[in-house]
Amino acid sequence: MEMVMTQEISRELIQKHGITPEEYDKIKQILGREPNITELGIFSVMWSEHCSYKNSKNVLKLLPKDGKKMLVKAGEENAGVVDIGDGLVVVFKIESHNHPSAIEPFQGAATGVGGILRDIFTMGARPIVSMNSLRFGSLEEPVSRRLLSGVVEGIGFYGNCIGVPTIGGEIYFDECYEGNPLVNAFSLGLAKQEEIVKAKAEGVGNPVFYLGSATGRDGMGGASFASKDLSEESDKDRPAVQVGDPFLEKLLLEAVLELLKSGCVVGIQDMGAAGLTCSTCETASRGNTGIEIDVAKVPQRETGMIPYEIMLSESQERMLVIIKKGREREAKKIFDKWDLHAEEIGFVTGDQLMRVKDNGVTVAEIPAKALADDAPVYVREEKEPAYLKKARSLDPRSLGSPGDLNAVLLKLLDSPSVASKEWIYHQYDHMVRTNTTVLPGSDAAVIRIKGTGKSIAISVDCNSTYCYLDPYEGAKIAVAESARNVACSGARPLSITNCLNFGNPMNPEIFWQLKKCIEGIRDACLTFETPVSGGNVSLYNQNPKGAIDPTPTIGMVGLIEGREPVSSYFKTEGDSILLLGETKEELGGSEFLKVIFKTKAGKPPRLDLKAAKTLVDLLVAASEKGLLKSAHDCSEGGLAVALTESCILEKGHEIGAKVTVSPGSLSNEALLFGESQSRVVISVDPKNLKNTEKLIESFGFPYQVIGKVGGKRLEIDELIKAPLEVLSHTWRSSIKRRMEQ
Amino acid sequence: MKFGVVVFPGSNCDYDCYHVLKHVLNQQAEFVWHKDWDIKKFDCIVLPGGFSYGDYLRTGAIARFSPVMESVVHHSNQGKPVIGICNGFQILLEAGLLPGAMLRNDSLKFVCRHVYLRVENDETPFTRKTKKNEVLKVPIAHGEGNYFAPKPVLDELIRNRQILLRYTDETGAVTEGANPNGSVENIAGICNLKGNVFGLMPHPERASEKELGSTDGIKIFQSILEMN
Repeated sequence: MEMVMTQEISRELIQKHGITPEEYDKIKQILGREPNITELGIFSVMWSEHCSYKNSKNVLKLLPKDGKKMLVKAGEENAGVVDIGDGLVVVFKIESHNHPSAIEPFQGAATGVGGILRDIFTMGARPIVSMNSLRFGSLEEPVSRRLLSGVVEGIGFYGNCIGVPTIGGEIYFDECYEGNPLVNAFSLGLAKQEEIVKAKAEGVGNPVFYLGSATGRDGMGGASFASKDLSEESDKDRPAVQVGDPFLEKLLLEAVLELLKSGCVVGIQDMGAAGLTCSTCETASRGNTGIEIDVAKVPQRETGMIPYEIMLSESQERMLVIIKKGREREAKKIFDKWDLHAEEIGFVTGDQLMRVKDNGVTVAEIPAKALADDAPVYVREEKEPAYLKKARSLDPRSLGSPGDLNAVLLKLLDSPSVASKEWIYHQYDHMVRTNTTVLPGSDAAVIRIKGTGKSIAISVDCNSTYCYLDPYEGAKIAVAESARNVACSGARPLSITNCLNFGNPMNPEIFWQLKKCIEGIRDACLTFETPVSGGNVSLYNQNPKGAIDPTPTIGMVGLIEGREPVSSYFKTEGDSILLLGETKEELGGSEFLKVIFKTKAGKPPRLDLKAAKTLVDLLVAASEKGLLKSAHDCSEGGLAVALTESCILEKGHEIGAKVTVSPGSLSNEALLFGESQSRVVISVDPKNLKNTEKLIESFGFPYQVIGKVGGKRLEIDELIKAPLEVLSHTWRSSIKRRMEQ
Repeated sequence: MKFGVVVFPGSNCDYDCYHVLKHVLNQQAEFVWHKDWDIKKFDCIVLPGGFSYGDYLRTGAIARFSPVMESVVHHSNQGKPVIGICNGFQILLEAGLLPGAMLRNDSLKFVCRHVYLRVENDETPFTRKTKKNEVLKVPIAHGEGNYFAPKPVLDELIRNRQILLRYTDETGAVTEGANPNGSVENIAGICNLKGNVFGLMPHPERASEKELGSTDGIKIFQSILEMN
């Protein structure tokens, strides 16, 4: 075979591509010769952590992926597919765009949204909701404000234009994310079961089309870039950040769904990370075929691009589509209707090779399967982090009195992690497509599916402080909280997607965190019977000061059938308020310690998985019987913050509450602000109180009837007496005040 | 009644309008592709919200050159109703079917939330099922909804009672705080002199079903049905 060898492959060049000497030997073994520069580039992106999961695969396999409702399991396709009955399926996934957002927040976040949406609609599902999980350093730092502002604007720019509602999500602020913000984008699509399409290249001779935006030098090697520590020099990597065009993506979305309905498509894949490289070798690998393309036929927006650049570019809004031979004209008609540029660039072959030509001359030839699936897998060293013992040893009671408890409550409400996020979600079109039946602000977002009586509830959650102090327990809590949030809306949890954000896995302490978190997710998912449908791993989240706190973000999806969803705010004067669950002396890792004592320490709350599951079942049962007027989870800031939010969440409908909680031996601080798990504040019509109590007792779950809805103040025992307008103003203005100073 | 909902590349509220007309109000409704020009069979044309052509240049500036727009002008010249919602309103302004122009919101941010609107004139084909001074709760979702017109045009609009909706607080008071985007005179929606072309920034199709938190918006569509 004649192969272009334009450049000597030196040791420096190999190193520059992030390939180890052992990996290079493996490449030579696969090829039976030395690779050329194009092939080296192709291997370097496909074998990066971002594409190959080489450092995490070994622990990811611990996650439960099986369930009777899982139609496509994690790792098999671009996103998981879950059966919701009556021939309908949902397709969903969460993915990180952390590094690009750190360098260029607007485009980084925007293209994160674009990428996750493409993963959904290339499977034949129409995206119906987006959410996100965002994390930044303290808002007192100008750089954090710049990043937040850019990220929110970028998410809105893309999501608003393409017309998929962005229904909030979660945002936390913590010093550990300074310079390395986390931007995790979630999207969910809906399809009929028979409409689901696989990303496979099948049928030798079928033509391969390139669809969408022309290829440029933007996003060169983004996948390798995402697999490096961020450093002060990362600004120089700016060309590795892509630029998004949501209008073009809207056209692609409509055209692709129309194309898939026409039945002339064999397989389709987004050109996301590692662009043309990844989409060609992965579709061939899944189809057990080969693929041949000629880069000279690829539409290019810049002159003088070499095959290496074309293969590695991550220009946005591009698709690889394999069409049934003989039906090209039909496909072309749809491309033309939507004014989209499409070019036939190659065909499916039977030789299992990914062959790249440049004007007919072969420039790369690699076995597709080896490239896509045979990346090295590493078992990394793990070690319990040195910081843990000391951090956990703190006894919160040793810190002394926090002072006036009303003032403490206001300080917590003013903490941006607790405060209202309306400054953010008001910038997102969260109502387009008229399905949003629970608006942002409640525990879960709820989307109705018109004409079916079904609704989908979604919550994204992770308390990374708990994960920092106890990765196993913290990850369990992340799953349990997301399940509880979904159940508060009345939905039965179905399945999760996760985004595992961690530091550099070469550090044994970081790898230990990763493994412990995965074990926590595994145990919680087994208890809730919510398999992992897919997700994404983002490692190397470091700034010069060190790694971020372990942040395994969980996106939980639940189903409501045949009834209205429940929101989190109090509805009617005179309704009875109940506290489900038990409050313990648990202040470790709390927002209270962070805000009042500037301390991120102590033993975080424990989670009893059995009790957590019982609570979820109880909430679903109570909702099925129509007993719940409101349900709100107790999380950061504890019972006092949960009660406040239920009073003031709905603007223009603020309504007070008077409650008495029997404290037992608890400290006032733990009673009000402790973050004991598996607790929910519900309100019910007084005429349903007896039935509600009976139901709770039948589940054997602890509860107290604590008071009534009404008035213009929140009163908790003799400890808290606060007028609603003060609580509401503090909570609503916190982020706006900091952002618009 | 037969409604034609125009689909521009980048329209994204097309299905929402279609849904309300077809499934909530049980009317005949069809999508009209922007490259089509024959819209004779429709009684009312809806220009829906979205980001036609991405709105990268100026909102509605390119959409107005779509082939269908020539027919929409003809349709309106015959006195038949045209309603433009959000991006549809912006397109009507660019096409010259309504006076004035849109600027970026004074906050320079996209804003999506429920607002309150006061009905200023209930004697038009678009508001006859409402009452003058009635306050409607309807959501907005836009980045360029800051309506502007020079003083002489404004005077005309006021004199001819062409201002149909104003942003107000919950009680119906026109205040600066109730203005979500900086629109002159708190204007949320206007009609042409003949009263058959209506443009508004708020989304009545998002407030037409109980599950969505408000049914105030449906009165706008119900008003149009009264034309028959």
